[in-house]
Amino acid sequence: MSEHKIIDACNTYCPGPLMELITYMKQANVGDVLELLSTDKGTASDVPEWVNKIGHEMVSSEIIDDIWHIKVRKAK
Amino acid sequence: MRILIVGGGTGGTIVANNLARRLTPEIRAREVKITMLSASDKHMYQPGLLYVAFGQMMPDELYRDQATLLETSVDFHVDPVIKFNLDRKQVETKSGRTYSYDVLVIATGSREMPKKIPGLDEGSDSFYTEDGAVKLFKKLREFKGGKVGIVVGVPHKCPIAPVEFTYALHDYFTARGIRDKVEIKYHYPINRIHSIENVAKWAEPEFERMGIECETLFNVEEVDAENKIVKSMEGSEYQYDLLVSIPEHHGMEVIESNEMGQDGWIPTDRHQLTMEGYDDVYVVGDTTNLPVSKTGSAAHFEAEVISENIASIIKIGTPVSEYDGKVYCFIEAGRDKATYAMFDYQNPPDLKSANKAMHWFKMSYNKMYWSSVRGLL
Repeated sequence: MSEHKIIDACNTYCPGPLMELITYMKQANVGDVLELLSTDKGTASDVPEWVNKIGHEMVSSEIIDDIWHIKVRKAK
Repeated sequence: MRILIVGGGTGGTIVANNLARRLTPEIRAREVKITMLSASDKHMYQPGLLYVAFGQMMPDELYRDQATLLETSVDFHVDPVIKFNLDRKQVETKSGRTYSYDVLVIATGSREMPKKIPGLDEGSDSFYTEDGAVKLFKKLREFKGGKVGIVVGVPHKCPIAPVEFTYALHDYFTARGIRDKVEIKYHYPINRIHSIENVAKWAEPEFERMGIECETLFNVEEVDAENKIVKSMEGSEYQYDLLVSIPEHHGMEVIESNEMGQDGWIPTDRHQLTMEGYDDVYVVGDTTNLPVSKTGSAAHFEAEVISENIASIIKIGTPVSEYDGKVYCFIEAGRDKATYAMFDYQNPPDLKSANKAMHWFKMSYNKMYWSSVRGLL
């Protein structure tokens, strides 16, 4: 059964939100959805660029109370 | 009150010494006992490995006897923990002993995992171990020219090391007079050349000036060691003559085998630095799953918060401090310049220009570390 995991990368600069997502993506199983929380506005463009290049699936991206919530499904 | 510290690296040692000083009256009155269990009788200054890889430090300069770094009131044993019984407040060690505690500090650190990537161990060199750094230096010394690739695993200890190594590599080959015969190509996992945006903005023009090629969004999938080709998950590849890898890291095997955190990273409260679900268990340094740099600097600042809080809980019954995410990292920018990055949860790093004075400060700190870890700085 696939899981939904939340990664809190708010207010972090190094290694930063995308590095956190890559770390947890390695631990996840195919089909799992990872929800990345980030206060870094660059994350909204950085994550889709990596996800599209590597072949995972963007589920959604929205900003709620100044926090980006970006959901990605592991596809391979 | 029995305080047990598991791990004798930067974080564990600073916690032990800081607590020993704060709790001197309680220790003398036999109300508090501090015990440290470590896997080694030696303490390594890990940032020195970068210099070993370029022949600028000898390996023996990186070590001190752990016992000489600790306050005499700390009961130190070389006896690694193999089993954590957190609900019974006990650990079991390799020698077969059981230690009970009232407060536990886990400072077991991290380890490089080159075998996670097929072919990486056979096909690349790394300066993250003593043997690796020495072997790499010998290869660099004999290198006559060709293509040098640098690849970076996620997550890894010391996030600034890939940039520092690349600067140093350029300067090393320049000094040997063969820079024009060497292609240096730097590969990085995300879509800029360093995770810190200000570092990336600073390093990009420097890399361009040095003629260092860059490819971003490059996460290593496998290495064909026989044909010397490194391939990325994103679908590109690079043929090399020498491949230098900063390997993916995990927490220590004992954390994984005790199922205390995936890949050996313990879920930790980002302010109190307690293990999730256990108010009597603190986690320091690389061992945490916190989204902060895995560096001695982060371990140092975390260790101060943990020591302050354990001591205040003993003295007045409540913690007094919170970790604010503070990290201070020197950044070597070649053989004679350096800068630094300082940041916390609320303030991004504001990078200054690299200069000679900061480089010499860093060179001094390489010696001052031993005072720092003793808790004197």
